[in-house]
Amino acid sequence: MQITSPNFKENAREALSDAALQKALGNVRTGFIDKRRKAIDALPEFDDLRDSARDIKNHTLAHLDLYLEAYEKKVLEAGGHVHWAETAADARAIILDICRQYGARTVTKGKSMITEEIDLNECLEEAGIKPVETDLGEYIIQLRGEHPSHIIAPAVHLNKEQVEADFRRVHTHLPVNRDLSEPSALLGEARRVLRAAYFDADVGITGANFLVAETGTSVIVTNEGNGDLTQILPKVHIVVASIEKITPTLEDVSQILRVLARSATGQDMSVYTTFSTGPRRAEDPDGPEAYHVVLLDNGRSSMLGTEFQDMLRCIRCGACMNHCPVYHAVGGHAYGWVYPGPMGAVLTPALIGVDKAGHLPNASTFCGRCESVCPMRIPLPKMMRHWREREFQRGLNPATTRYGLRMWALLAKRPRLYRMAAASGAAVLSMLGGRKRRLSSVPLAGGWTRWRDLPAPQGRTFMQQWADRGRNKAAHR
Amino acid sequence: MTSNDTGQPRVGLFVTCLADLFRPSVGFAAVKLLERAGCIVEVPRAQTCCGQPAYNSGDRNDARDIARQTIQAFDGFDYIVAPSGSCAGMLKKHYPGLFAGNALWESRAKEFAGRVHELVSFLTDVMGVIAVDAGLEATATYHDSCSGLRELGIRDQPRALLSTVEGLVLKEMKDPDVCCGFGGTFCVKYPDISNEIVSQKTANIEASGADLLLAGDLGCLMNMAGKLKREGSKVKVRHVAEVLAGMTDEPAIAEGSD
Repeated sequence: MQITSPNFKENAREALSDAALQKALGNVRTGFIDKRRKAIDALPEFDDLRDSARDIKNHTLAHLDLYLEAYEKKVLEAGGHVHWAETAADARAIILDICRQYGARTVTKGKSMITEEIDLNECLEEAGIKPVETDLGEYIIQLRGEHPSHIIAPAVHLNKEQVEADFRRVHTHLPVNRDLSEPSALLGEARRVLRAAYFDADVGITGANFLVAETGTSVIVTNEGNGDLTQILPKVHIVVASIEKITPTLEDVSQILRVLARSATGQDMSVYTTFSTGPRRAEDPDGPEAYHVVLLDNGRSSMLGTEFQDMLRCIRCGACMNHCPVYHAVGGHAYGWVYPGPMGAVLTPALIGVDKAGHLPNASTFCGRCESVCPMRIPLPKMMRHWREREFQRGLNPATTRYGLRMWALLAKRPRLYRMAAASGAAVLSMLGGRKRRLSSVPLAGGWTRWRDLPAPQGRTFMQQWADRGRNKAAHR
Repeated sequence: MTSNDTGQPRVGLFVTCLADLFRPSVGFAAVKLLERAGCIVEVPRAQTCCGQPAYNSGDRNDARDIARQTIQAFDGFDYIVAPSGSCAGMLKKHYPGLFAGNALWESRAKEFAGRVHELVSFLTDVMGVIAVDAGLEATATYHDSCSGLRELGIRDQPRALLSTVEGLVLKEMKDPDVCCGFGGTFCVKYPDISNEIVSQKTANIEASGADLLLAGDLGCLMNMAGKLKREGSKVKVRHVAEVLAGMTDEPAIAEGSD
C-alpha cells in the first residue's frame, strides 16, 4: 500500500474537515473506552495479569530463536510446512507460489494486518487470483478499495449509511427495495454473500494472534467465526504471521488471552478463539489438506536489542489508539500506512524508516494514556521520544525547529542571560497584551494564535519580583 | 539532608519557566501555601526551565546539561517543589534516565528525584495539609493534567483541598482526565490537531456549567484559556494554587482587569 506517512499533516487536515469521518470517530471516543473500563473493573487481578503477560513476552523475546525453531519443529511434526520470509517481497513470493501450486483461483482471508503490511491482495490480484476478505469490516473496505483505519476495527472510520450505499452499489443481484437500515441487515447480507465465497475458495489465508512453540499451533481470535470458515473449508490453509507472535506454551497463551479481549473490545474473551495445528488428520471430521506457515521478519529482528525491543510485545489489541486523543482527532488513515495510533507511531518508523514516518512519533502530546492502558505495559511515549532522538541525531527535523531549539537551549543553559531574556520577553508581550490581556496574533507563534489567543504575561517575571522582595526584606532588617 | 534549626523543612521552589514568564502570581501563591504549611521557601537563581523542550524534541545533550544545572541549583534543599505536574514529572521521573551509564550523575539525579514534588500533592502527602484558609464564590471544574495524573498520581489531592475552599463548589466535567491538546511543542507543530483536541475539552468545560476552570499546569491552562477566550467563553481560568492560597485578586488568565 502506498505510504503517505510523510504527508501526515495534510492527511490530518483532510481528516479534520471530513464530517463523515468525524462522526464515525465519535464512536471510538466513547464505545471502546467504556467497555474496556467495565471489563477491567470486574477483574481485580487485571494489573497482575498485565505484569505476567509482559514477563512472558520479555522472556520469549530474549529467546526468540530458540522458540521459533521449537515451533517450526512442531509444525513439521504435525504435517505442516514452515516458510521463512525475511522481507515482504519474500512473503508474497512464497504465498503466490503455494497458491499456484494448488491452482488457486479464489482465496478467502481472515482479518490479518500482516497481509496489509505485505500488500498481499494487490499481489494476488495481479496474478489473477481473487482475494475475498471475510471479516465484515475488511469486506466493507475491500469493496471500497480502502485499507483498514484501525487494527481491530478496520472500518471504524465509516458510518452505516456509507456501508449501505456500498452494498447497494456492489450487490446488484439483490432486490433494490430491500431494507438495509439496521446494522443487523447489513451483517446478514454480507454473511449470505460471503457464504458462497467460502465454498469457492481454494486457499484460506489467516493471520495469527499467537504461535505456540510447545505445540506448533496457530491461534486466532475473532468475533464473527469467519476465521474458522476461512481456515477449515478450503483445501489449503496458509498462516501468515510475524516472528514476534511466538509464545512458549499454551499456558502462556491462555494467560495473555485474559488481557487481550478485555483491552480490545471489553469482552472477557472473543466469541471465537481458534487453535489450528497442522493439516487435517485421518480421524478429523474436517480441515485443510495442507497447512503452511509463512513466518515474516520484515524488519522486526532489527528491533531486537535496541531501545525499541519492547514494542515487539504488542498483541495488537488497539487499546492505545482507542484511548489516543490524536487518533480520536484524525483517525487511522492519516498515519499513512498499516499501523495507526501510538503503536503505529513506534512500529511504523522501525518498519518503513524514520525518514518516512518521522511525523508519527512527533504527533503525540505525550499524554501517556496509551501506556496506561497497554495490556503489555509497552512504554509507548518513551519509545516515541527515542525516535525523536534518532531524528534529531540524523538532522531530520526542520531547520527552523533546530535553530529555535538551539537558541532556546543557549539561553536555558545560562541562567543570568535567561533571566534577562525572560524579563524583556515578558515586558514586550505584556505590553502587546493591552487591556484585554491576551494576544490574538504573535509573529512566529502562528501555530498557537491561528486557533487560540495567547494569554499575556502579567508584567515583570517572577524572578524580577522575587529579587525585589529580597531587597525589601534586607532594607527592613 | 537536615532541616534548619527550627525543624522547618527547607524547600527550594522550582518556579517553572511559564510561571516565571507569564504568571508570577502562581509562584507567589506557591510560596504562600508552602510557608503556611510550615516550610522555609527559597528560590535558587540558577534555575531556568526543566528542559522538556529539548528532551521531547530528541535533544538529549542539551536536556542533560539543563538537568545537571538544575540538580546543582537545588543542592542542599530538603525538598524541591514545582507548581506543575509536568515539570515536577520531568525532574522526578525523567532526569535519572538522562544519566544512564554515568554512575555518579545517575545516583545524584536519583537522589535529587527523591526530593522532588508537585506543589499540591506535596502539601497533602508530605506536609499533611488537609484544609486551606481561602474562600471564593465560584463553581469550579478541575482538569487533570496528563503528567501530574499519570506520572505522579495526582487526582484526589487537589480536589480534596479545593473542597475546603469556602464558597467554592466543584463540578466535574466529562473526561477530566483526557488531554487538553497542549503537549508542549505539539501544539505549535500540529496546531490543527491540537485545536481539535482542545475544542473537545472546551466543549466539556462549557457543558459542566462551571464558571471557573482550574488545573495544576500553566501550559494546559494557557492552552484552554486561549481557546475559551477565542470562543468568547465567560469561563474564567486559574491555576489551582491561586485559589488554594486565596490569591484571586489578580485577573484570571487571559482576562482584562475591567
